[in-house]
Amino acid sequence: MGKITVKKIDTRTHLTFLERIYLWEIIRGLWITNRHFMINIFFHLLNLIGIKTRRKGAVTIQYPEQHRGYHYRLRTLHYLTRRPDGSPRCVGCMMCETICPARCIYIVEKEHPDPNLEKQALSYTIDMGKCIYCGFCVESCPEDAIRMDSGHLEIAAYSRGEMIYPIERLLANQHDPAPYKDYGKYRKERP
Amino acid sequence: MYIDLLIKTVIILMVLNGVLGFGGFLTWVERKQSAAMQDRIGANRASIFGFRLFGLFHILADGIKMFVKEEFTPSTDYRKLFLLAPFISWFFALMGFAVIPFSDSLKVFGREISFQIANPDIGILFVFAMMGMSIYGVILGGWSSNNNYALLGAMRASAQMISYEVALGAAVIGPLLVYGTLNMQEIVRWQGQAYQGWLPLWGVVVQPLAFLLFLTAGTAETKRIPFDLPEGESEIIGFNLEYSSMRFGAFMFTDFVEKILISCIAVAIFLGGWQVPFLEDSGFVFPNEAALSLRPELVWLLRAAAFFIKVCIVIYILMLVRWTLPRFRYDQLMSLGWKFILPLAFANIIVTAAVLFWLDFFDLEFLRAALGALWAR
Repeated sequence: MGKITVKKIDTRTHLTFLERIYLWEIIRGLWITNRHFMINIFFHLLNLIGIKTRRKGAVTIQYPEQHRGYHYRLRTLHYLTRRPDGSPRCVGCMMCETICPARCIYIVEKEHPDPNLEKQALSYTIDMGKCIYCGFCVESCPEDAIRMDSGHLEIAAYSRGEMIYPIERLLANQHDPAPYKDYGKYRKERP
Repeated sequence: MYIDLLIKTVIILMVLNGVLGFGGFLTWVERKQSAAMQDRIGANRASIFGFRLFGLFHILADGIKMFVKEEFTPSTDYRKLFLLAPFISWFFALMGFAVIPFSDSLKVFGREISFQIANPDIGILFVFAMMGMSIYGVILGGWSSNNNYALLGAMRASAQMISYEVALGAAVIGPLLVYGTLNMQEIVRWQGQAYQGWLPLWGVVVQPLAFLLFLTAGTAETKRIPFDLPEGESEIIGFNLEYSSMRFGAFMFTDFVEKILISCIAVAIFLGGWQVPFLEDSGFVFPNEAALSLRPELVWLLRAAAFFIKVCIVIYILMLVRWTLPRFRYDQLMSLGWKFILPLAFANIIVTAAVLFWLDFFDLEFLRAALGALWAR
């Protein structure tokens, strides 16, 4: 018969004396925040008197004036592409409307004068208030007629009606390279 | 006689406006300091004609916002008390400034003008009395709100403030034993002497433990983080739950005013008040017997500036604490106050009294002779 022994496991954290009286730890914490304050104020002052430093006093990106650069794979506002002659590329195949999980795409198709193309979109409407930006419409499109790299994300509106984008607005949007330019710019400043 | 009245009125207005203005300024300082500590920029959007001026206009914007917001009064049986409560807090917080010695007295046209509203012999006790009264604003506000959460918040507040008032009072007894006076000007004068001619005998030098206890208890008394259980803005709801617009602003502003008050007392008792090291009434006198004589007006101005700078430093430290430490749990708060600070304060009193008795009983010459004999052997 073996003897059953129970191994005692002590999972409590044991504080040292300095940690238990708490005061020393407070002073250490205050030192850290104080150091941050002093260093940041130093760089703020340098920038204030006109000395440019690579390191800034704050990591803040002042949003409406400064933008963080978008990654090229970011899904932004949709737009419809055009053929070389300027007509919409869409052939009204209903792929995007079918796959759309939010059911925010409404297409009415009509006969296309060119018999090779069969159909074209009479109206192509996206309700941006419903859209979830999944990008399935772009993936499913066989004609590369819809894309999501316009570079626009700020599409707020005052009413739901303004959030419904008819075909004219979707055709008016085009790819804008500016928002992508600063990608990674604000990343290097501080680890 | 009328000229005395006029002078006092001017001084009162100066102190009142100075404190309120400085309190408003502190709302900006708090935002900016915390921002700098956390690598942020802080409030900088309010502008007049496109000038942002480091966000200083946020003080103005906040004030206007507070005044024009909707004033909501809950259905309560104690409407008058509800409306009065914030101003009780505010009034008693401001009353404490009546005895703070901002600077030395100055002779102008043969008239002695003291930059202090009143100089009663009970000095420091008056401040504590006023700080004790400010509990009423909090508990009346919570009680008359007709809201159980506000009532519980007020209960927490009163329990905490009463507990820490005991500790606060006990912490200053040690220095008071050393100074042998309650009069604020006398306390500051006592700290003007220097040990061996170079070390200024400020309260923090003779009573370092008391200074630490006083700052801790003072932070708890003003209901600031890490002792902000009475308010607990985000999670536990506080006594000012039902208040809106400027009445809420009054409660918030009282916090800043009380913070200034605590800093002023800490400076007056522990950091030498308006004393500048080596600055005598006639000018600077250094230990190496170099001297620089200054006009009395300049000396007076230097001392007032020294008081202000010391207050700013204490406020910086208090804000550093406020933005560094997390909030205490309620039982931790109570055990810290009753089991830690209060016994230490009592121990400090006893040790101080014993040392004073010792120094008194055997006079210093005897002690020095005994030590000298010991050293010679």
